[in-house]
Amino acid sequence: MSGRLEAHLVVHRSDGFSLDAALSIAPGQTVALLGPNGAGKSTAVSALAGIIPLAGGRIELDRDVLDDPGAGRFVPPDQRSIGVVFQDYVLFPHLTVADNVAFGLRSRGLSRSSALAKAHDVLEQLGVKELGGRKPRQISGGEAQRVALGRALATDPRLLLLDEPLSALDATTRAELRRVLADHLSRFDGPRLLITHDPTEAFLLADEIYVVEHGTVTQSGTAEDIRLRPRTSYVADLVGVNLVEGVAGAGGVDVAGHELRVGDTHAAGPVLATIHPRAISLHRHEPEGSPRNAWPTRVRLLEHYGDRVRVLTEGPLPLIAEVTPAAESALDLTVGSAVWVSIKATEIGVEAR
Amino acid sequence: MTTRRSRRIVRRPPAPVVLLAAAGLAVFVVPLIGLLARAPWGDLSTVLAGDTVVDALRLSLISSVGATAVSAVLGVPLAWVLARVDFRGKSVVRGLVLLPLVIPPVVGGAALLFALGRRGVIGEVLYESTGLLLPFSTWGVVVAVTFVAMPFLVITVEGALRNLDPRFEAAAASLGASRWTVMRRVTLPMIAPSLASGLVLTWARALGEFGATVTFAGNLPGRTQTLPLAVFVGLESDRDAAVALSLVMVAIALVVLVALRDRWWRAL
Amino acid sequence: MNRLLVSVAVGGLVAVTACAEGATTSTVFVSAAASLTDAFAEMEDVFESANPGVDVVVNLAGSATLREQILDGAPVDVFAAANESTMTEVVTAGRAASAPVVFARNRLQIAVPLGNPGAVTALSDFADDGLLIGLCAEGVPCGDLARQALQAAGVVPSIDTSETDVRALLTKLEEGEIDAGIVYVSDVAAAGGAVESIDFGGASGFVADYPIVVMESAPNPDGAATFMDFVLSETGQRILAEHGFLH
Repeated sequence: MSGRLEAHLVVHRSDGFSLDAALSIAPGQTVALLGPNGAGKSTAVSALAGIIPLAGGRIELDRDVLDDPGAGRFVPPDQRSIGVVFQDYVLFPHLTVADNVAFGLRSRGLSRSSALAKAHDVLEQLGVKELGGRKPRQISGGEAQRVALGRALATDPRLLLLDEPLSALDATTRAELRRVLADHLSRFDGPRLLITHDPTEAFLLADEIYVVEHGTVTQSGTAEDIRLRPRTSYVADLVGVNLVEGVAGAGGVDVAGHELRVGDTHAAGPVLATIHPRAISLHRHEPEGSPRNAWPTRVRLLEHYGDRVRVLTEGPLPLIAEVTPAAESALDLTVGSAVWVSIKATEIGVEAR
Repeated sequence: MTTRRSRRIVRRPPAPVVLLAAAGLAVFVVPLIGLLARAPWGDLSTVLAGDTVVDALRLSLISSVGATAVSAVLGVPLAWVLARVDFRGKSVVRGLVLLPLVIPPVVGGAALLFALGRRGVIGEVLYESTGLLLPFSTWGVVVAVTFVAMPFLVITVEGALRNLDPRFEAAAASLGASRWTVMRRVTLPMIAPSLASGLVLTWARALGEFGATVTFAGNLPGRTQTLPLAVFVGLESDRDAAVALSLVMVAIALVVLVALRDRWWRAL
Repeated sequence: MNRLLVSVAVGGLVAVTACAEGATTSTVFVSAAASLTDAFAEMEDVFESANPGVDVVVNLAGSATLREQILDGAPVDVFAAANESTMTEVVTAGRAASAPVVFARNRLQIAVPLGNPGAVTALSDFADDGLLIGLCAEGVPCGDLARQALQAAGVVPSIDTSETDVRALLTKLEEGEIDAGIVYVSDVAAAGGAVESIDFGGASGFVADYPIVVMESAPNPDGAATFMDFVLSETGQRILAEHGFLH
């Protein structure tokens, strides 16, 4: 029913910034555009939505050319059938929640009653049916983001664009909304593009990740590809974080049988544990002192990036550690050599999943 | 949703501030007291029922409301262009729009006369071909008053449009709304409070206009003599009527401004 | 140190100004009707050259406005009005130092734009709906007088505008924005050929008498008297005649 998105976005902004990124998203696939602020992510959203025209390149969605400066073709935003979920929701403040969701349907000619009926269905699916009569200022952030999603989905768009959908929310709500989002994304048939600066979000929601920095795509691939083989230092810093899923209990976090001692946390049940590579210390022998997590393992991979060395360890819990070249030679690290891993409990971040 | 009155601890405001504020208030109140003191209270009903007052009131209301309507129809699109479209010479255009605010109204009236009068640059052509003559007619009053009052509307609406997050209109477009639908269902409703205060300001300015009216449209009871003109002429020939008319103007202005206080002033 | 410098500078300025004013020992404040604008401008120049040390300040406005200013207590030395009724009110209020004297007369005339586009010939044309007619407003002396003249001629004028002062009326005539108006002979003279004039029958019956008087509470009674004498003198009368006034 829905076709793929093939886009080569070349945009020149009036302040001198240029974007040159190529994206390809199949129906049913979620791609994340991951990058720091100012990298050009929002520009990409604006270009895809038709708010700003391309300077070069091409956008083709479902075999329909939306923008092709070379051929002189430009389809205005209201005819593109692209659902956009904006950062900060951008719900129309003067309309009720139901009218917001019904907006797209009414703009396409549906009568008020039919549009509102469909809107109520959408709200029910998102679990916020009772909010229909309220105004946007009367609902919470999490509720607003659901409404925004509903508004975008109500018109059965061919492409779903989500611009930092969770960044305006607090941590707890974010986790909850992440689940809602994952659920609704999977039910959407068309291609989906998620814009974010949060690698966790990208890892959990996207099938494929494009890393964009300074207007160009510096790396693309699955979450695994990017985490294990970051190509730039930004990616390495941001994305080369160890992310493990576990279950929090009284003793700590159980990760596939291995118990991790963590600092005080209010989380219980399914959690995500994050460990920064630099927080992991490597030793030749069992370390003395306070770190509560320590185990022996072997070096599986060694990769060098300028003045950093990334060390991938074997079981019981494979992790990526980062050391200096000096440490590397001091420890005499080679593939297969034995090392002890130690991590302070306080260095492990725990988040509800 | 009800709000409970919360107990606020208010410190007494500093004395110098209060004194200066009182002096500031006096600037507005003292002339009003002068007017009230001079009013012909005994004969007020007779004076107010007279033709002069009735005619002047009718003309003032027609011209001020008419000017506000014209300002809205022409001013909102102009404000939209200034706020949304990029073109060369935009600052010059904006300067032209603001010009009536800066030049003396009489100069404005004279300019209108030279342009639209019977021998005016455009007026002559208009007159020869259609017989339409603006000076000395009620339409002329509307033109003169629109000239001085419209900038208020343009400036207010332009400001509101600039402050409007463009993402709302982008969101509406992405949902399939045509440009006209976006304007009708999103832009205008969202700037409605500012638009309303702009209209009130425009109307108030239009009501009080004197110099441009008398210079361009002339002064004739029943046809072009608005309240301010009647007051001015009355000061020479019939002071009681002049004071009574002044009171009428003050009363109208106060009623409108007080009635609109909370709803529209918020957006100013 | 800075504050001292500033006070010395300010003090010096004040002293210098005072000295400069000292060279002009007196001011004569004259309230004169608008129709006397050009005549009294020349009057001022000639008087000041003849009387160095005297500064004549001429305050021009409609006679009624000037009357109100005087009644409200304005510090006027000399009042020259464009009609007798205005002056009478001032006298009745006790503001005149003595009996007013008529120093000039003004006669009404029809004024039309150059070329007389409306082909106006007489007062009867003022009833023509198709012409744009302007008069001075009621309450303005030239306006009252003009209406009396029209009434006497049995003409019901089709007025399009009652200008608040005669200069505004003249401007509209000069610009050709109106077809005819009734002004004073002196106004036509002041227009310096920018308008044409047409005498109308019976105009000699509609003459405005211009009275002049020294005010009771004049700040400069001597200067006031000297100026008034000048206006009534041969020189003064000649100046008035040059500007179209009659005697």
